[in-house]
Amino acid sequence: MASDSNSSESQRIAQQRLRIIAGHLQKHKDDDSGTIATECKAEANKGTVPRKRQEIMKWNGWGYSDSKFLFNKKGQAEFTGKRYRLSGMVLPSLQDWFENTFGASVNHKSPATPALNASAVPPASLNEAFVEDLKATGIPFSHEAEDRVFRAHGHCLHEIFALREGKKFERVPDMVVWPNCHNDVVKIVELACKHNVCLIPYGGGTSVTSALECPPEETRCIVSLDTSQMNRILWIDEKNLVAHVEAGIIGQDLERLLNESGYCTGHEPDSMEFSSLGGWVATRASGMKKNVYGNIEDLVIHLKVVTPRGVIEKSCQGPRMSTGPDIHHFILGSEGTLGVVTEVTMKIRPIPEYQKYGSVVFPNFEAGVACLREVAKQRCAPASIRLMDNEQFQFGKSSFKTLPFHLCKGIYIFKGFDPHQLVVATLLFEGDRERVLQHEKQVYDIAATFGGLAAGEDNGQRGYILTFVIAYLRDLGMDYYVVAESFETSVPWDRVLDLCRNVKERINRECKERGVQFQPLTSCRVTQTYDAGACVYFYFAFNYRGLADPVHTYERVEHAAREEILANGGSLSHHHGVGKLRKEWMKESISSLGVGMLQSVKDYVDPDNIFGNRNLL
Amino acid sequence: MASKTLYSQRDPMLKRDCFEDILEERRNSSDLKYALRCYAPVLYKGVTPCKANMLKNIVLQSDQLHYVINQVSQESGEAPDIIQEEASVILEEMAHRLQISTVRCFAFALSKAFKTLFQHVCVNEEGIQRLQQAIQEHPVVLLPSHRSYMDFLLMSYILYTYDLALPVIAAGMDFMGMKFVGEMLRMSGAFFIRRSFGGDKLYWAVFSEYVKTMLRNGFAPIEFFLEGTRSRTCKSLTPKLGLLNIVIEPFFKGEVFDVNLVPVSISYERILEESLYARELLGVPKPKESTSGLLKARRILSEDYGSIHVYFGQPVSVRSLAQGKVNRSTYNLFPRHIPRKPMEETQSFVNDTAYRIVRLQEDNMVLKPWVLMASLLLQNLEGLELSVLTEQTVWLRGLALSYAAFLDWPDQAPTAKVVSSSLALHRGLACVSGDRVSLVVGEPLGPVTPEEALFNRAVSVLSCASYRNQVLHVFLRPAMLAVAMHTAASSKKSEWPGLYNCFSFLWDMFSNDFILCPGDTVQDFEEACYLLVKTGAVQMPQQDIVMTDIGQPTLSFFNGLLEPFLQGYQVVCRYLCEEASEGLTEKQYIPAVRSFAVKLILAGNLRCYEVLSSDMQKNALAALLRMDAVRKVKVADQVTLIVNKMAVNSIDDILGGKLPTQKALLARL
Repeated sequence: MASDSNSSESQRIAQQRLRIIAGHLQKHKDDDSGTIATECKAEANKGTVPRKRQEIMKWNGWGYSDSKFLFNKKGQAEFTGKRYRLSGMVLPSLQDWFENTFGASVNHKSPATPALNASAVPPASLNEAFVEDLKATGIPFSHEAEDRVFRAHGHCLHEIFALREGKKFERVPDMVVWPNCHNDVVKIVELACKHNVCLIPYGGGTSVTSALECPPEETRCIVSLDTSQMNRILWIDEKNLVAHVEAGIIGQDLERLLNESGYCTGHEPDSMEFSSLGGWVATRASGMKKNVYGNIEDLVIHLKVVTPRGVIEKSCQGPRMSTGPDIHHFILGSEGTLGVVTEVTMKIRPIPEYQKYGSVVFPNFEAGVACLREVAKQRCAPASIRLMDNEQFQFGKSSFKTLPFHLCKGIYIFKGFDPHQLVVATLLFEGDRERVLQHEKQVYDIAATFGGLAAGEDNGQRGYILTFVIAYLRDLGMDYYVVAESFETSVPWDRVLDLCRNVKERINRECKERGVQFQPLTSCRVTQTYDAGACVYFYFAFNYRGLADPVHTYERVEHAAREEILANGGSLSHHHGVGKLRKEWMKESISSLGVGMLQSVKDYVDPDNIFGNRNLL
Repeated sequence: MASKTLYSQRDPMLKRDCFEDILEERRNSSDLKYALRCYAPVLYKGVTPCKANMLKNIVLQSDQLHYVINQVSQESGEAPDIIQEEASVILEEMAHRLQISTVRCFAFALSKAFKTLFQHVCVNEEGIQRLQQAIQEHPVVLLPSHRSYMDFLLMSYILYTYDLALPVIAAGMDFMGMKFVGEMLRMSGAFFIRRSFGGDKLYWAVFSEYVKTMLRNGFAPIEFFLEGTRSRTCKSLTPKLGLLNIVIEPFFKGEVFDVNLVPVSISYERILEESLYARELLGVPKPKESTSGLLKARRILSEDYGSIHVYFGQPVSVRSLAQGKVNRSTYNLFPRHIPRKPMEETQSFVNDTAYRIVRLQEDNMVLKPWVLMASLLLQNLEGLELSVLTEQTVWLRGLALSYAAFLDWPDQAPTAKVVSSSLALHRGLACVSGDRVSLVVGEPLGPVTPEEALFNRAVSVLSCASYRNQVLHVFLRPAMLAVAMHTAASSKKSEWPGLYNCFSFLWDMFSNDFILCPGDTVQDFEEACYLLVKTGAVQMPQQDIVMTDIGQPTLSFFNGLLEPFLQGYQVVCRYLCEEASEGLTEKQYIPAVRSFAVKLILAGNLRCYEVLSSDMQKNALAALLRMDAVRKVKVADQVTLIVNKMAVNSIDDILGGKLPTQKALLARL
């Protein structure tokens, strides 16, 4: 405090301070009248995702309510809605493909329960003191059954299957809160600690690792912390090409908003329509165009994370630091076990001047993999390069037949390619026009040395269009006794072929041994290339007619497939994460010492297990 | 100690397939047509067959080989090109040149030969069907038993007959000595490996890559003999692991999804090499394989060799076997093209697998009545009455059947007929004079010394023993228990812990002579108990194992069955304790034991001729080495044997019927 002998200047400062403090106190009085946190609520919500997600999204399937595949009265497949390029189109040969591939029939329907039976949802067990204090903050929350069930699951097969069957969830969140900004999250976490409430962060809800599942043994009140309303770009720094963004923003909004200013992040995971920035950080996401822009860990410059111990963040935005192990890497991939990511500073790039799709047909998968390997070796991978196996080629062919963009068959048939062997790689080039064309030539030249033939831009583009609608297909399958799932891994180059073959074979064998009556569909694609290896994505589906417990059968087969992946030198996950689905292999994957290291971080940051989703460890 | 796992692993009521005689059709239709018929086997996942030259190129260009070439080049200072050239020469010397025309020639010639030599060549067709299925699904490794030179010709002949993919066969280099024949064999699918190439990295690399390339690509089933060489005694030999390691590794490295191992049991009613083997065991060196030698063998064409049974066993999936035993992900952290010594876990898995496969071969070996008769004759070297022999053979048949022996006993024929026709087929070994049946002793040419007479007799005994040996795997475990009980009876102890100790000692002692899977002592003991109880020979009240009233014949037969082995090992022990000089070299060992035994026999102190067999002598030495009673020391170029006389003496005592003391047991631990 200033002494009596101080000048009037210091008195003036003290006066000013008092006024400010008084002002703050005044504001707090106003809290009750509901006009607080003006900095949080100043702008109207511009995001795509409303608090009531079920208003625009399916409660028991993928994506928007208005968009879905169905077989119309003529038995032809149709994609409804207006949102996608495929929307409103009829796909006449999809039915043939579907019936022939799975031995399914459009006459054998397995319809879903039409609506959520709210009485089958476990009643909310609320922590009254927490609710009282939360009310005082003015942060919106809900304990309606629909809201809680929506946040009790991700998009694993067993989760969606249970919703469709109207099965009762053992445990769902007891309430949902919608913070509007970082400070709201700080308050919520403080209250959760104070009242010993379990918090489960919820971003886009696209998890496929059971990461959002509530631990059934959790007896505390479970609060789902939905970040969807924290969706603003707070500032853009064009000098350093970074943007500071609230972590609840979903991919499509982030790109749209940045595009308005002439920028993009270039981070485009297949789930980008719905998945959130915070979710990407929490799972170590990977985007389709990582060859140009990098994966999420390459894009993040700064993170703000609210944990039970307080807020973690670095003191500067230096592009690289040698300050001990990077604390960002405790957060990247922490899967909601340590805290909530609230704000992210990430790299942005000017929107590329020119984009060009492309495709190459190879006589077989081996040739395709060899080509991708060579491309990676020469470090000339396009923004995206993906190799689909023959099964996916067959599917792509059938779904697009008779569509405006028709597949140009001629060339490869002429070349004597076996249609049951050939595979196709899809490419996406980005940059200035001249360089794209140069780059394109380089890649096609390499492809040619492996017997690859350029197969046109349209075929390439089609592949990428399919990426976003393919998730909708699972719902169609489930309407007709077909269950499907995808899983991924990363693997050194020399083991790619062996791994793909062995995993497919293992799936086929396991299905047979477990009484699956129909030949399963097993398909894979190489979706990312790295210097030392590749990311491989598997699709697996089968007709489950005749099985008593298809989900259980499915889970056993996937389990076996994962064991096969690990035995063949593949990783536990490339970008989906571990969640609770793959926890059992963590020790094997990172050693028990490694698990211990992670555990000690958890114990320090969150000693009371407030972030109690029990993922990872 | 003995775990309480039930005797369950081995099904005593094995289900076995029926046989089909493939010569029958050959006798009724044209051999030429057969040799020229359309041959279009199904291949692994429909691969197109690979030309021998292409195969060589794949091998020479492989990363695996390049790595070793560079390594050798760095070590030796030679240019990589030169080493590469060397590799190419090795491969040239090794590689097969399978040609369908040669196979057709063989098909024709062998049809003729088989029809003259054999009454029947019987094959289980269900096994063939399983094999056909297996070939399409995963790479197949054929693992036949090895009793005769005939084996691999026969195998290829059968596969050709059933329109199955012809195997490529690992053969010993010694065949290459036979100029013309060697090349013929090469063109019918044989590839040749040197007998020893211990430290030669390059040779090993070329060889293993050659085999693995064929396996990975599934061009053809790979065939080799787990036993490594022909068994001269008709007992299965301790499996060799080198090639098995090579064919299993691609599975561990994820290069193939699975590998199917198919045990094949080839049983000869009469072995072509019968007396040749006996002479070889007695120290007449094996004649070098030569074309003229083979032609001389034409003499044998005029004889009747009965029938052959070939049983293709259930394919064994390496993947299923390895489940839970080998963690394949341990291969993730090392580049796959760099050769590496297999890990301990893998080694013990391969070892275990090898033993299991040999036991599967044993299980499906077809036994003829003569095998039982030979067992009885050897326990009555002075001969026995035909009626007694017949009666005991019938009794033994019952015993063998209840122990799940795969006995080919003519269904309809009266017993007397069965016995007499067996005797007729083996008239070279046993003769009936008046009412007595006894072993034939080779007719001496000119005047004979006592030693020569002794050796002539030994040839008969060893030849006969090679038939008895065929049934040993059926009786071995209960027989060892019977010996243990006999030993215990003299010291009036019958509790099973003591018996188990004794059994376990014998098990250990004989594990070079018989196929005893490492680590299976307890299980084998349980199996022995189970079988003896099952046939009513013993009872097991509480802690005891006691003979029943009706158990006497069984137990004494079993004691007699193993007697030659017990005696033989004792002679070896005695030699080492009493006669062996200080600087006994490994080379001197066999002739020295032999002359020691000859002296004992001539002096009338020993009646066991089987100890003259170099096989038994080697096995006994190996056992003593394993038990640390004898040590090998390398002095200059010579390997000398250092004998721990105390230890050898106490082993001798136990074999002679004294219960192993705790001390002796500890000593061997």
